[in-house]
Amino acid sequence: MTGLAFLIPIALGMGLLGLTAFLWSIRDGQYDDMDGAANRILIDEEDEPV
Amino acid sequence: MNSPAPIIADSSALATTRFTVPGMKCAGCIGKIERELPKVPGIVAARANFSAKRVAISHDPAVGEDALIAALLALGFEAQPVADNPLGVDDKERKRLTRALGVAGFGMMNIMLLSVSVWSGADGATRELFHWLSALIALPVIAYAGRPFFASAWMALSHRRTNMDVPISIGVILATGLSLYETITGGGHAYFESAVMLLFFLLAGRVLDAVMRDRTRAGIGALLGRLGKAASVIGPDGSTRRVAAGELEPGMLVLVAAGEALAADGAVEDGGSAIDNAMLTGESAPEPVGPGAVVHAGAINLSAPLRIRLTRVADDTAIAEIARLMDEAGQSRSTYVRIADRASRLYAPVVHSLALLAFAGWMIAGAGWHQSLTIAIAVLIITCPCAMGLAVPAAQVVASGALLRRGLLVKDGSALERLAECDIAVLDKTGTLTLGTPRADIAALGAEARSIALGLAQASRHPLSQGLAATLLRAGAVPAAITDVREISGQGLTGRWQGVNVALERPDGADQALATRLRIGTAAQTITFADPLRADAAATLAALQAEGIAASILSGDRAAPVVAIAQQLGLASVAHASPQAKLAALESLKAQGHRPLMVGDGLNDGPALAAAHASIAPGTASDASQQAADAVFIGEALMPVALAVRVARATMRIVRQNFGFAIAYNLLAVPLALTGLVTPLIAAIAMSVSSLVVVGNSLRLARAARA
Repeated sequence: MTGLAFLIPIALGMGLLGLTAFLWSIRDGQYDDMDGAANRILIDEEDEPV
Repeated sequence: MNSPAPIIADSSALATTRFTVPGMKCAGCIGKIERELPKVPGIVAARANFSAKRVAISHDPAVGEDALIAALLALGFEAQPVADNPLGVDDKERKRLTRALGVAGFGMMNIMLLSVSVWSGADGATRELFHWLSALIALPVIAYAGRPFFASAWMALSHRRTNMDVPISIGVILATGLSLYETITGGGHAYFESAVMLLFFLLAGRVLDAVMRDRTRAGIGALLGRLGKAASVIGPDGSTRRVAAGELEPGMLVLVAAGEALAADGAVEDGGSAIDNAMLTGESAPEPVGPGAVVHAGAINLSAPLRIRLTRVADDTAIAEIARLMDEAGQSRSTYVRIADRASRLYAPVVHSLALLAFAGWMIAGAGWHQSLTIAIAVLIITCPCAMGLAVPAAQVVASGALLRRGLLVKDGSALERLAECDIAVLDKTGTLTLGTPRADIAALGAEARSIALGLAQASRHPLSQGLAATLLRAGAVPAAITDVREISGQGLTGRWQGVNVALERPDGADQALATRLRIGTAAQTITFADPLRADAAATLAALQAEGIAASILSGDRAAPVVAIAQQLGLASVAHASPQAKLAALESLKAQGHRPLMVGDGLNDGPALAAAHASIAPGTASDASQQAADAVFIGEALMPVALAVRVARATMRIVRQNFGFAIAYNLLAVPLALTGLVTPLIAAIAMSVSSLVVVGNSLRLARAARA
């Protein structure tokens, strides 16, 4: 039963972490430009000359 | 992300300005803007939003808007500054629901974890601890995630009405209260998980609904975002000043630079260019314009500067009208919506009475107040008429959104119902089966003749001149410099080209109504015009036939051209029909028990459009006809007409399925709940799933319009 004392806070903490990440991602505007995100992957980085 | 949003060290000292950049079409454009702009002195960072075609620039406040526009232009992008929320489109509602959904999801998972432990046999102090933990999580979660429902229920109750959020709110609050009581008294059953799960699934439904609505509006929203925000007004002294779109007035003369978006409707006074009218017609090919041409707000001037005399501004523009029509479509009051509303309204008190009766009944039967209350809560939750309330609007929102993307604007939901019921189609000829604008046959003209003809035709507002000029511009002709251009009404145009007299004039012989004669010196050539059929007319009629709808032509035009087109398309035809005759023809069809679909554009079709069971007008139709019609299609294709009928029928199929499902669900679930066979948890799942099934079923319509 003492295991519960660790496991429940861990479970809650992880859940809260996920929730915070989700709320942050909304506030950060990560769902504002879904088409742009799909396109950005095609942008070539300007590589430093080797 | 390849190019992360740059971190701004001292954002207080920086200004952020947003621009709409319609020219952003690919990943390369995003990269170019975000990479190159910060190299300009004074600009710290640029961030492109591809979906909204907007760029936010963080810059030194000393750098003005004009300098930023110039910087974007140097990269090859025409830009217009926008206000922070230029469309008035609010996605706050969706964000609020999404946040609530996230919170409810978190609560549901954790409480479920604890509940499963209780169900698998935790008891004594452990069970009490778990119940307390559940309460600790559930109370704030319910308070936060339940707010949309509580607020809506409170609104309804304070107006002495009831809506479907009332039983939900009562159910959730009762279940929470009962569970809290159980927790405090150390009882064996808590229903926190049911309450939170109900909220989670209901919120999922609401979010889906909000996303659907946003998407339906997105088409219009993206278009409105491309409206010019300001225009350069030319003063009497020839100087120009920028005037915001809202302050423009009809009659003003504005200068539209190449690449600029028009801020109001108007007619071209001077200059020849091509405009991108994709916003209004969905047609991506540039449309040539010359003096006299009518241009609309939102069109983008592509090649050369134009001077435009404004005719309609702000809320009177064609595009604002479209936005208004869309709004009307959203607030439709169709038969099915009314049935659903009435059913939901009558049904909500029934839900409450049933729950109360269940409680009283089980109390009398001696079940004890705890069990009776549990059953009453289950009845309350399971019989909530959400699925019934969603059955119609969900289907109509998806269908009109899908049709809008295919170039057909349905004005309201009842139009979809009536379109679905049509069994015979009557089509006008000019402007409906045909394009309605004369196209010149210029195959016989040489390059020199073409450029002279264009130089002359550009000077006139006569429909034939405009048709000729449009055809020539499309063929790539360059206007010749013509001096002394004079237009004699009813006779034609004359002018001088390199010392030679040139003219576009009426040919001899009155029968050739659609022709003009080009004279260069003494040589003369006759140019004939035709009003061509819409390219997909035959395919559209075949598609209508496939839906079991026979079509015929009802035209006010002369017999010969009507018969020619009727034979070409294999249709029956009536020519020489006056507006009264058209009306009578539709009335007689209705008297025979048919439900006619009228497709027409002219003023003379107005009464027939209004009398028909359902009606569709092309976007080029007169205002009166567009008002009378149930739907308006834009662009040169006729296919949206057939598509409208097909999607309308699919919509009604889906609506009937939704109704059938909602009724069957209630018939099955209510007796089970009343007999106490359903726990609040199962009730929460069943009820939410029924709503999601209805929404999901409606979403299938988006695919129906695509095929």
